[in-house]
Amino acid sequence: MKLDPTLRDQILSAVPSLRAFAISLSGNVDRADDLVQETMLRALANIHSFQPGTNMSAWLFTILRNLFRSEYRKRRREVEDADGSYADSLKSHPEQLGRVEFQEFRTALSQLPAEQREALILVGASGFSYEEAADICECAVGTIKSRVNRARGRLAKLLSIDSADDFGPDHATRAVLMGHDS
Amino acid sequence: MTPKKPPADNMNADTAEQNRSGLNREIQSKIGQQLRAMYDDVVQEGVPDRFADLLKRLDKPAGEDSK
Repeated sequence: MKLDPTLRDQILSAVPSLRAFAISLSGNVDRADDLVQETMLRALANIHSFQPGTNMSAWLFTILRNLFRSEYRKRRREVEDADGSYADSLKSHPEQLGRVEFQEFRTALSQLPAEQREALILVGASGFSYEEAADICECAVGTIKSRVNRARGRLAKLLSIDSADDFGPDHATRAVLMGHDS
Repeated sequence: MTPKKPPADNMNADTAEQNRSGLNREIQSKIGQQLRAMYDDVVQEGVPDRFADLLKRLDKPAGEDSK
C-alpha cells in the first residue's frame, strides 16, 4: 500500500507520545511497544476511515486505548486478581520503567483505577483538552473532569503519605490534608 | 492604621482553610510536574527504529512487495 506522506509523517510524529501513553497505561515497556505496533497496524489498515484535517494524534490514541481496554478485559477474565497484576508487574520489573526518580510516582499512579489514570494522563501529560479526552475515552466531558479530579485527589493522598518531606511541611498540615476528602 | 482583625475563631478557620488549599495547590502542582516529567522522559526517546522500520516496510508500492 502507498500511504499519503502527510499521514505517514503525522503517524510517525505521534509515536513518541503514544509510547508514553501506553507505558503509563500498562506499566510495562514491552507490552507498551506491542500496543503501539498494533495501533499502527490498525491505523494503516483503517486509514481510509481517518478524516484528513482532524486530529491524527487523538485518532491514534483512541485506537490504542481501545486495544488496551480489550486486552485488559481479556486478561481480567483469564486472571482473577487482575487488579493487583499491574502493581505487581511494577514491583517485579522496576528497571523496565526507566528512571528511579519516577518510581514512587509510577507506583502511586498504578494504584488508581484505570479510568482515572487514563483521564489524568490524557489531560495532564498528553496535552489533550477535556473535550478531546472525552472523545478518546468515549464518555462525557463532565465524566472526564470528575475522573481527573478524583485521580488528582487520590494521588495527593498517596504521595503525601509516602513522602512527607516533599509534599507536606509538617504533620499538622498533613493531618488537615488527610482529613480532607476530595 | 492596622486592618481590623477578624475574631479568633474565624481566623483559625481561615488559616486552616488557607493552609489546606495552599498545600493542595502545592501538591497538585508537584503532581502535574511529576506526571509531565515522567511522560516527557519517554517522549524524548523519540521514534524507536522498530516503528520507523515498520512504517517503511508497510508503506511502499504494491509492486515492491515481491522484490
